[in-house]
Amino acid sequence: MVAALFFYLFASVAIASAVMVISSRNPVHSVLFLILCFFNAAGLFILLGAEFLAMILVVVYVGAVAVLFLFVVMMLDVDFVQLRQGMLNYLPVGGTIGLIVLVELALVVGTWAISSDALTAAAAPSSGDVTNTEALGQILYTKYVYFFQAAGLVLLVAMIGAIVLTLRHKQGVKRQDVSVQVARNPATAMEVVKVKPGQGI
Amino acid sequence: MNEMIILVGLIALHSVALLIALLIVVSFLIYADRKVWAAVQLRRGPNVVGPWGVLQSFADLLKFVFKEVIIPDGANKGVFVLAPIISAALSLAAWAVIPVAEGWEVADLNVGILYLFALSSLGVYGIIMGGWASNSKYPFLSALRSAAQMVSYEVSIGFVIITVLLCAGSLNLTEIVKTQETGLGTMLGLPNSFLDWYFIPLFPMFIVFFVSALAETNRPPFDLVEAESELVAGFMVEYSSTPYLLFMLGEYVAITLMCAMTTILFLGGWLPIIDVAVLNWIPGVFWFMAKLCFVFFMFAMVKAIVPRYRYDQLMRLGWKVFLPLSLAWVVITAGALVAFGWLP
Repeated sequence: MVAALFFYLFASVAIASAVMVISSRNPVHSVLFLILCFFNAAGLFILLGAEFLAMILVVVYVGAVAVLFLFVVMMLDVDFVQLRQGMLNYLPVGGTIGLIVLVELALVVGTWAISSDALTAAAAPSSGDVTNTEALGQILYTKYVYFFQAAGLVLLVAMIGAIVLTLRHKQGVKRQDVSVQVARNPATAMEVVKVKPGQGI
Repeated sequence: MNEMIILVGLIALHSVALLIALLIVVSFLIYADRKVWAAVQLRRGPNVVGPWGVLQSFADLLKFVFKEVIIPDGANKGVFVLAPIISAALSLAAWAVIPVAEGWEVADLNVGILYLFALSSLGVYGIIMGGWASNSKYPFLSALRSAAQMVSYEVSIGFVIITVLLCAGSLNLTEIVKTQETGLGTMLGLPNSFLDWYFIPLFPMFIVFFVSALAETNRPPFDLVEAESELVAGFMVEYSSTPYLLFMLGEYVAITLMCAMTTILFLGGWLPIIDVAVLNWIPGVFWFMAKLCFVFFMFAMVKAIVPRYRYDQLMRLGWKVFLPLSLAWVVITAGALVAFGWLP
């Protein structure tokens, strides 16, 4: 009873905030509604008993990705009127993508409705008294460790690529080198000069 | 149905009791913070309200609440009001999973530490929203600074937590404390004592966590979010009365939370210093509070002693010192645990 109540609460708020993400006029409000949507998705995960996924969703998406989103959107100087104008042009493309996603979702739910045993058997992590975290760890880091490493490698290459593309070393800019500063001593930093009166250095 | 109502009532009762205790503790910690700060600077600190000024925080509360709420004309009203509420609510909500003694927590989550990490990483939203909604340049600059700062230090906090998790083998906070009953000290044949806690084998991580906690909660020397000389009062410039109070409350509750996390992860939570007859008669909650107050005292001393960092130095410390160090320590810890067969 309580679970059903919470399900409808989370689901309805998630859908409403998702609608607000695309319909609100202010992009910062959009991001804030997106965060609300993530939160409700995390709530739905908890209702499903996937508490690890819920927490990771909050840590990764709300705690990191959405902060960067908000960061960028706040600093952008967006012309909202101009932003709205192209809407009809993009409608066919967006509509097609939405339709494809809808059909795929329908297929998934349909398969589930037809033969729920096959899917639940595949989805059940591992029987017994293993916690979700442990089960996920065993699948990711033990069973499929090479795939996981390969995925990590791809991400690493992407990260290095992004750094290489944006890294610029300007010439003639003074940079702080802490080790050099720490290594200084009076002998290297100071020079005692005897100045003769009336002559200067 | 009846059982359900009783259960819900019980949880509500627990939560309210925790909140009241927490708020009272925080109000005295604020007083202690100011007294320590004053003592270091050879001042007397708050000494008017109540004996030795102990009721100063309550006087401040009344003063804040009875003032008029001023919302600037150009502000984004909804977000402006929401920001302090989010800030306070998030830091209070995190306390639900903190075990102050064995079995003394509102929710015994088996991903408790992740919940804490998630909620402490959300603390940045109150600041960003407040800074943006104020529609004023100093709060906005402050919000941008804080977003970069808090995201940077979260990374090393995450790695420190992973190191502790590797040693404990559980994400449950109660389990993490219980694994500290035995450790280095018992391996040497000594009775259960403070030598078993994680702060000894993971000492570098203890320091990294402490400093990152300072940066994560915008405490001096990392309070660049509200560096008075540059940003007036940072993201709180436009705030007054109760919304301002909520920001301050959220900040101090978050600081207390970080002290509690340090206690649980490194200082053995509610465990007594030495597990001998007289000391283990004292209830766990007193040990927890004593350790929390000790860590808070360290926070207050750092605030009083250390001058403020420059922003580029802050970023350098986070990304070039703490991140490689904590990452290396994760690898070293994992290697040592596997090599010696100490994996839990």
